[in-house]
Amino acid sequence: MSAPVTTRIDDTPAVTSLRRKDLLGIAELTPEEIALILDTAVAMKEIGSRPIKKVPALRGKTVVNLFFEPSTRTRTSFEIAEKRLSADTLNIAIATSSVVKGETLADTALNLEAMQPDMIVLRHASSGACHLLSRICRSAIINAGDGMHEHPTQALLDAFTIRERKQRLAGLKVAIVGDLLHSRVLRSNIHLLTKMGADVWVCGPPTLIPAGIGRFGVRATSVVDEAVADADVVMLLRIQLERMEGAYFPSLREYFTVFGMTEARLRRARPDVMIMHPGPMNRGVEIASEVADGPYSVILDQVANGVAVRMAVLYLLAGGAEHEAAA
Amino acid sequence: MAVVMDADRIARTLTRIAHEIVERNKGVEGLALVGVRTRGVHLARRLARSLREITGDEVPTGALDITLYRDDLMRHAVGPQPLVRSTEIAFSIDNRKILLVDDVLYTGRTTRAALDALIDFGRPLAIQLVVLVDRGHRELPIKADYVGKNLPTAAEESVQVCLQETDGRDEVILQQGGAA
Repeated sequence: MSAPVTTRIDDTPAVTSLRRKDLLGIAELTPEEIALILDTAVAMKEIGSRPIKKVPALRGKTVVNLFFEPSTRTRTSFEIAEKRLSADTLNIAIATSSVVKGETLADTALNLEAMQPDMIVLRHASSGACHLLSRICRSAIINAGDGMHEHPTQALLDAFTIRERKQRLAGLKVAIVGDLLHSRVLRSNIHLLTKMGADVWVCGPPTLIPAGIGRFGVRATSVVDEAVADADVVMLLRIQLERMEGAYFPSLREYFTVFGMTEARLRRARPDVMIMHPGPMNRGVEIASEVADGPYSVILDQVANGVAVRMAVLYLLAGGAEHEAAA
Repeated sequence: MAVVMDADRIARTLTRIAHEIVERNKGVEGLALVGVRTRGVHLARRLARSLREITGDEVPTGALDITLYRDDLMRHAVGPQPLVRSTEIAFSIDNRKILLVDDVLYTGRTTRAALDALIDFGRPLAIQLVVLVDRGHRELPIKADYVGKNLPTAAEESVQVCLQETDGRDEVILQQGGAA
């Protein structure tokens, strides 16, 4: 499956709006909707280079950032994106909320809803938390990471960063190496990259490869050299010790020896390979410092592009779903 | 449907406007062109070519997308969002005279949005408005400095500017009914 990944500025894209109230995952999006978000993000990125980094598009809209898991990058990125669009933002972190007093997610959400926000950006440790809120809330729900399920804006910013460098997604070999089992970034990226026609390889210890992952249209291997060979993009995933309830591999040191991305391993990739990591990085575990800081690394570009991509999502969802517009 | 300007007429009009710009500003020093997407950008590029032919000097040219500044954005409870395209202004507008270029001047709301957007880029010395067609029916106190053609219209009529770059031909059409 492939879609137009570069749109000339005067071309009208295949779709001009998202046909949905919420962004719960990449799985539900069509290739045309993904292309629309990425194209809109190109325009949003320019706003960040202006002397006055603010446009009035979401003036008067209220966005609640509801984060039940620690996050620096994603929460800050959403907050900057909301502010650049002139939305009013409200941050709720778990440590200071009534959740510590025993309130359920649904009750927290309904109480917030009573204060008439327009959008809720939710991060939660349970897969499906965003779907639950989507059913009970009038506000648009944006998934900022739910358990081991999806992290759609991360996959969108990864795709934006790849497209910015390579001008396409279709036909690229993307190797994703690391903790596949616990990664929502992996699931969103698999959906997005395969929809856009990339050749996706996933690699990790056999204990961290989810059963049946081949059904998603990717090739799985535990031989890192095979995954990296001739890759256009190598994406490393963090070893998520906090989600592991057992011994998946003998030691971090052994993991680095077998799977850690080093300059020597990278020589098998294409000469213009891009190194990506969604953060936070464990240097010396999934990635060597010389690779993280090396010339192929676009890790900080990913962070910068996250703001533009989130602005695009916020803007496109603020219009509401198309079927509601007709009513 | 009536053709009110053909290709020759559009070309002559743009040349005339270019001469008026040079006359009024005593040359092109300190000037910059900014076209409003989509067709204003092509008109701005054509004016830059004419200005170069007249004076031999290059006038910096940019493109402005006003979508995020529209006054009807978010006015309706729900509805699909208009498409956002890139703004490209690769020069500082501080202390320059900006020639803002659009194809049709109608209610003045697009121009209002464009003025707000421009001011976010800096503090120009002055902004002058260039339009190919002024069709009347202003809803805001806005007036063009250079007008290609004044075209009296009824509110239910629509004016369509077609340009080679986007539509494959140069033509201004007046239509009964239909969206502008």
